[in-house]
Amino acid sequence: MTDFRREALKHAMPWLVTAVLLVIWEIACIVFDVPEIILPKPTKIFTVFVARFDILMAYCWDTLWTTVIGFLLAIAGGLLLGLAIGASPFVYSGLYPLLIAFNAIPKVALVPILMIWVGVGSLPAVITAFVISFFPIVVNVATGLATIEPEMRDVLRSLGATRTEILTKVGIPRAMPYLFASLKVAITLAFIGSVISETVGGNNGIGFLMLSASARNDAPTTFAGLFAIAIMGVLMYAVCALVEKRMTRWAFRGELVS
Amino acid sequence: MAFVDLNKVSLTYRMGKETTLALADATFSIDKGEFIAVVGPSGCGKSTIMKLVTGLLPASSGEVRVSGAKVTGPIKGVGMAFQNPTLMPWRTTMDNILLPMEVVEPHKRRFRSNRAEYEERAMKLLKTVGLADFARRYPWQLSGGMQQRSNLCRALIHEPELLMLDEPFGALDAFTREELWGVMQALWLEKRFTGVLVTHDLREAVYLADTVYVMSKRPGRIVLTRQIDIPRPRSLATTFEPHFVDIVHELRDRISQEHA
Ligand SMILES: Nc1ncnc2c1ncn2[C@@H]1O[C@H](COP(=O)(O)OP(=O)(O)OP(=O)(O)O)[C@@H](O)[C@H]1O
Ligand SMILES: [Mg+2]
Repeated sequence: MTDFRREALKHAMPWLVTAVLLVIWEIACIVFDVPEIILPKPTKIFTVFVARFDILMAYCWDTLWTTVIGFLLAIAGGLLLGLAIGASPFVYSGLYPLLIAFNAIPKVALVPILMIWVGVGSLPAVITAFVISFFPIVVNVATGLATIEPEMRDVLRSLGATRTEILTKVGIPRAMPYLFASLKVAITLAFIGSVISETVGGNNGIGFLMLSASARNDAPTTFAGLFAIAIMGVLMYAVCALVEKRMTRWAFRGELVS
Repeated sequence: MAFVDLNKVSLTYRMGKETTLALADATFSIDKGEFIAVVGPSGCGKSTIMKLVTGLLPASSGEVRVSGAKVTGPIKGVGMAFQNPTLMPWRTTMDNILLPMEVVEPHKRRFRSNRAEYEERAMKLLKTVGLADFARRYPWQLSGGMQQRSNLCRALIHEPELLMLDEPFGALDAFTREELWGVMQALWLEKRFTGVLVTHDLREAVYLADTVYVMSKRPGRIVLTRQIDIPRPRSLATTFEPHFVDIVHELRDRISQEHA
């Protein structure tokens, strides 16, 4: 096999595997005569997906913007708190245990409380997305700061730099690859957060659509929603991965970007 | 009155229960405008001296004074080339070299509005070390020796009063190294800064320094102080003259005792 064909095959692999899985699924449904209400055939799901594309998109859009807003808030908050924790041992010892305790709470448990506070709608979804994706960002940024090579800091100290200068000239650039690496994880979590919130107590978004479809025993629509979620998740992950590569070329020593 | 003054300075590194006495009772002084060299076996505390003089490490006992004032924290605006190049991988070579300009007064205030002028200055320096074509490259795109030369430029750019060089020519080939001795000497003759050079190369020490200090193995003590009474400017030819060679031999003999 030539190098070019090897390379092409490598890129085609994810699609091939997906296609094979879908075909197996389709055949299994036919062979075992699975009732549509339990597990619809992929072709059926696809038909529904196309037929209800407009409705799906409308609900997806709700989920998307609540996720993105929650995610952006998490970046801003996570970056600030991460810098504070990484830069000051006092903030670290004061806040870190609390953060870990808070992170241990299953976020589903927060949704009913949020509904008491802010009512039903998009706001609980935004907040859930925020609180769930906040943690990995804080931890990563703080780790980036805490693992600065002492020599790098000494270079600035010997020039007479202030603490703030050391933070802006070494700390923040050094923490950036860690921040961007955490975004891939965080966006996925933010997405989980808003769908959970929609499912537990929402009146829009893809989670709500799936919940109401399943209440009508409309399995194909429920599954179509599931596929929509998967596609959105992969797309957002890809965007974050791309941003990461663009922004932190030096951390990869240029190797990954040709 | 001496510019840098060390009085019975000792330093012990502590890591939990483990302690390492790295430097014992170092006493010496450097006059303003003097260039000294420190030689000695590996691990004898040379880099430690550099960090003590610049205030990056507090002395465990004894006293370090720079221009009359007791050193209690990092002193401002020294030029320091560390043993590892420690360039920042997210900055281009040019931006790395300009770093002191963003931090040290009075350049700091003028830097943003006079960037072109400073870049020109950095470019001139890069040319003298043969790196003019690499200003826009990142440090990780440079070879080890090129990184060291950039490191040297960063230490020099703000024309510090006190220049501390920790094996700055270590990873260079013999030719480049000898060329840079010439560059270094010319710079010193022009600006007359106070210089401290740590090196393993005895010819380098004798070529560049007014005084060479020989240290014992760990814990480092100063076992020999040798004035270098060879007139300046010294050239490569000087290094083959009998007097020069004699001094190098004298230093070598003293150091080889340490390895015995
Ligand atoms: N951060 C540290 N923690 C503990 N011990 C250290 C530390 N830095 C240096 N030492 C110890 O102190 C001693 C002196 O170290 P130093 O780096 O000053 O040696 P050096 O003379 O510069 O050696 P070289 O010529 O190999 O660079 C060594 O034995 C080393 O193990
Ligand atoms: Mg050393």
